[in-house]
Amino acid sequence: MEMVAALTAGGLAGIGLWMLLDRRLIRVVLGVAILGNAINLAVLTAGRLGAENAAFVTGTHVPEDFSNPLPQALVLTAIVIGFGLFVYALAVLKGVRDTHGSTFTDEVSAVAEEEAPDGYGTGLEGAEEGTP
Amino acid sequence: MNWLLVSPVLIPLATMVLGILLRPRPRLVAAASVAGATGLLLAGLQLVSLAAQDVVLAGQLGGWPAPYGITVVIDRLSAAMVAITGVVGLATVLYGLVREGDPLVLRNFHLFVHGLLAGVSGSFITGDVFNLYVWFEVLLMGSFALMALGRGRRRMSGTMTYMALNLVATFVFLLAAGLVYGSTGTLNMGELGLLFRAGQAPASATLAVVLMLVSFSVKAALFPVFGWLPASYHVAWTPVSALFAGLLTKVGVYSLIRIVTLLWPEYGAVHQVLLWVACATMLVGVLGAAAQNEIRRILSFHIVSQVGYMVLGLALASPLAIAGAVFYVIHHIIVKANLFFVGGLAARITGSERLSAMGGVYARTPFLALVFAIPALSLAGIPPLSGFWAKFFLVKASLDGGFWWAAAVALVTGILTLLSMSKIWNEAFLKAHPEGEEAVRPPAGDPWAMWVVAGLALLTVMIGFGAGPVLDYAVAAAEQLAEPTAHFGAFVGWVGEAGVLPGRGGP
Repeated sequence: MEMVAALTAGGLAGIGLWMLLDRRLIRVVLGVAILGNAINLAVLTAGRLGAENAAFVTGTHVPEDFSNPLPQALVLTAIVIGFGLFVYALAVLKGVRDTHGSTFTDEVSAVAEEEAPDGYGTGLEGAEEGTP
Repeated sequence: MNWLLVSPVLIPLATMVLGILLRPRPRLVAAASVAGATGLLLAGLQLVSLAAQDVVLAGQLGGWPAPYGITVVIDRLSAAMVAITGVVGLATVLYGLVREGDPLVLRNFHLFVHGLLAGVSGSFITGDVFNLYVWFEVLLMGSFALMALGRGRRRMSGTMTYMALNLVATFVFLLAAGLVYGSTGTLNMGELGLLFRAGQAPASATLAVVLMLVSFSVKAALFPVFGWLPASYHVAWTPVSALFAGLLTKVGVYSLIRIVTLLWPEYGAVHQVLLWVACATMLVGVLGAAAQNEIRRILSFHIVSQVGYMVLGLALASPLAIAGAVFYVIHHIIVKANLFFVGGLAARITGSERLSAMGGVYARTPFLALVFAIPALSLAGIPPLSGFWAKFFLVKASLDGGFWWAAAVALVTGILTLLSMSKIWNEAFLKAHPEGEEAVRPPAGDPWAMWVVAGLALLTVMIGFGAGPVLDYAVAAAEQLAEPTAHFGAFVGWVGEAGVLPGRGGP
């Protein structure tokens, strides 16, 4: 069980990293999502799998051989956060596409390295050239 | 539960919720935002005054005993960080009270700032590694939204870079937290500290903690993982980049100080690596700044270089050095935020951020030039301003420890910083505007912004002249970091007669 989980986490992390290195932003965003899930699985595995019963402790009954609920709680938190971040990353993807008309990360990130146009940084919007 | 203990998190969160309820009325949102930031500052000052009397607030959220509950500890360092967060938060929302611009965007600015402040203060008060991860994500979410505020091509470009690299760093942190739990069976900082100090931590736990330090280094923009910072900070709206410049990297520095002093109080292998990294960070940052020609890009590289000083103090590990690092963080947050604010005002007056297209600010408003000179000279370490004392303590600590080359790097970096600041001074303030005097606009429109920069400059001068009490506070904070009884307090029952932890077994 642990071996399967560890191999899956490793495989997913590899796929996620490979996608992160892609030029297209959509792949980078998906890579972030996959890498996040790989790490969630790794955290769950590091918390030691094995026991199969849910840890429902009542006043009278303590289940035998129950699994550790703490890594599950950690991963649940991380999944929720990761989902929120993924949705925001998609919004950034759309924003980049709307403003740049391109989602190639090298082309897009080069724009921030250009000289600041006149009027930039003087107000909220910053005088910018028209968006395509 | 002591309300003051959780106030650093509750106040910004409550302000944000109130702001969401008041959404149809942007002016009311702004008023609530200023009130909330003032409240955070007052709570921070109250915490500092308690901490100065050696009161350490600690508690368990939800009432579960440690290590199952989430521990919250406010010692001297945490209290000072919360107070400074209040100062910068208030300065940012006041600066954001501008009239021009899309009112809806301005309203969202206030909501996001308080979301970010909740994450920042939460990171400063938590005593639990996983909880620290959660607060990192909270502040990261706020910072993503703030970075993209106002949209536009450059801003979306910077947001993309910033987001991708910070997300990966946070994933590394999550993985490290999971591995720490897997190898030690605890995520509580106090219990981890006891395990490491007693030499009972397994080798895999050391590895996991080092992985965690790598992720903090990305957040703190240390060499060689600082590239995301100068690629993104200069594209955001001025108050946003000032808030980021003041607070965000310092959350990474704070986490480094907290974890390293807790686990390894004596100079060791980790400190040795950090020492080299700190020296490289100082030099690379300041040399990078020399190659830049835009005011905020120069200042962004200086953030990197200044973070090197703080980590130098941490790496030296002597009491004076740690105190110097704490002093440096306090001084630097105010100075750096102020430089970004003044830079934004100068850009507004001259109509550009490029040094070649700026000029004539001194002739138009000598007051703004003075307000730039104070933090700029303080950043470079000119006496009697706050930066001089911060650098003096660190250089003295390096020489005391026999690291003369680290002291030399710190001094050379100081001189290069001064050169960089005089470049901004000459180009933006002193020389005539290339398009004639008429091109320089009068600094009208937002009186709040002027008050903000003047107030922060006054604070810098006050820290400079009142260095004694601040240093006393920092020295006492360093003592607390060396012997963090408050973190260990929850485990009094765990520690056996000989001060050794009884084996608690894995999960």
